[in-house]
Amino acid sequence: MKTYTNPVYPYARPAELDAPGARRPVVIVGAGPVGLAAAIDLGQRGVPVVVLDDDRTVSVGSRAICYAKRALEILDRLGCGQQVVDKGIRWNVGKVFFRDELVYRFDLLPEPGHRRPAFVNLQQYWFEEYLVERAQAVAGVELRWESKVVGVAPHADHVDVTVATPDGEYTLECDWIIAADGSRSAVRQLLGLEWEGQVFHDRFLIADIHMKSDFPTERWFWFDPPFHPNQSTLLHRQADDVWRIDFQLGWDANPEEERMPERILPRLRAMLGEDADFEIEWASVYTFQCRRMQRFCHGRVLFAGDAAHVVSPFGARGANSGIQDADNLVWKLDLVLKGLAPDRLLDSYDAERTRAADENILNSTRSTDFITPKSNVSRTFRDATLGLAKKHAFARRLVNSGRLSVPAILVDSPLNTPDRDPDFAHGPGAMVPGAPAADAPVAGPAGEWLLSYLGGDFTLLGFDAAVGPFGVAALARDPIPCKVVQVGGKPTAGATTIEDVLGLAVRRYGARPGTVYLLRPDQHVCARWREFDLPSVRAAIARATASA
Amino acid sequence: MATLNTEANIAAPDDFYERLIATHRGLTDAQSALVNARLILVLANHIGDPGVLAQAMAAALDGVGAAADAGGG
Repeated sequence: MKTYTNPVYPYARPAELDAPGARRPVVIVGAGPVGLAAAIDLGQRGVPVVVLDDDRTVSVGSRAICYAKRALEILDRLGCGQQVVDKGIRWNVGKVFFRDELVYRFDLLPEPGHRRPAFVNLQQYWFEEYLVERAQAVAGVELRWESKVVGVAPHADHVDVTVATPDGEYTLECDWIIAADGSRSAVRQLLGLEWEGQVFHDRFLIADIHMKSDFPTERWFWFDPPFHPNQSTLLHRQADDVWRIDFQLGWDANPEEERMPERILPRLRAMLGEDADFEIEWASVYTFQCRRMQRFCHGRVLFAGDAAHVVSPFGARGANSGIQDADNLVWKLDLVLKGLAPDRLLDSYDAERTRAADENILNSTRSTDFITPKSNVSRTFRDATLGLAKKHAFARRLVNSGRLSVPAILVDSPLNTPDRDPDFAHGPGAMVPGAPAADAPVAGPAGEWLLSYLGGDFTLLGFDAAVGPFGVAALARDPIPCKVVQVGGKPTAGATTIEDVLGLAVRRYGARPGTVYLLRPDQHVCARWREFDLPSVRAAIARATASA
Repeated sequence: MATLNTEANIAAPDDFYERLIATHRGLTDAQSALVNARLILVLANHIGDPGVLAQAMAAALDGVGAAADAGGG
């Protein structure tokens, strides 16, 4: 590749090869986006963690390239969001073409006042490189390269992990394993666990090309374009003038042949013109599938990311959902490890994230069925929809080139405390229990975005000094502490006060003076009230930690 | 006269579309064509208004047939 050289991380001979080591609280298998996010989060919480990866570098090839707003917000909490956003390419607008006509345009973030854009595009190798750098800077995170898991032996109170290295095998004893080792998960296979779903009968060519172009920074999707008849094509811009082009090939295509430059170049020339000046960076031919494990928690082995669930790529729901898995899991595991919550808190990880996986699978299956119709009649409906879409608004809503990743709203979570006050909003975008906290511009000691003040620990967000000094002090002293952030009003001892500079926090939270929101450590709302009441907040925290 | 509504009018469009395609699962092309014809007749009866139905037929016909063929598709 012209624009990127994969780093080579050093393998170090593990001490356990010579003498058994102490039991580790957490071993993470897989140093991809999900494993690294989990490792950084655990490290930030003071939990020592060993990360095992069978390779000694980051992703080979650009692979997952679209990182959604919610994933970026999670990375902000992990201390590496800015790097990804600075290097990545921001985009909000998508366009859909049928043959050579624009039929549909969408803007994923028409509303200002959020720190992060709807999406940035960035090659997965850059993304992982930044996470590796961050993980190396967090105390207690140990990355072990060329360390392949070849055995997993679960016991009642711990797990033995056998690791193969260039110097031989050793066994690591740990309390918990997070298996984030991708769709071909070695851990899943070693435990003989199944996953269910479907494989789609279609093949796609991904070509990354290096090209100077003033093409707009938008997602362009073509159905049946003149340069690639009867199939679809997707174009995305990535960092460093690298462009991702995805050609649908059909099920009969020969993957070995389609990978060859002499097959790829004519496709690119037809699309970009005979005079276009570009070089191929990387190319791959793939099929895809939608499946998930029935359960993500198997005793002390916890599955996350592609190891637990895979989707077709239309909608960018792979890495983005895996990062939300890590975000959801780590605070719970931390409380369990510290003895502050029972093991069954992890059941809520399973409940919340299997539901999110189902939503992702549903959406990406529908997109795939639209892009790759399975029957003549399905194709007829698809083409009829596209034909009507140029003139008629209703048909534009039916066009499906990918429903792009949106954060999971954990509405049915057992950790939520149902609303007691009847006048809270429930519509789309409302901060219902289960919703991830909305961002807003603010002024205060920790920067100018609301989300910087929320999460990590439980957070009580009060409006107009809703929480008095006694409540603030009591919550800070509880075994599971809860910090207090107040929007507006007089400063309260022990609480952080911020100003709602544009009034957007009040609007987005439907707040009145006295309103309080309880946020989980992963920034999801778990309870809200029109006035502060200490026993209610404590009860909601107990419920949100499966301790009620 | 009532006007054909071509604004988005279905609350969960992806649910609808999935159900529409699922209705045809396992059918031959001829059976699908028959189901589509029956579906149109059922929906037309539900709509009832002849003016709206005429506008719907015109919208469906627009861009299909002789004119579109001349353009080469």
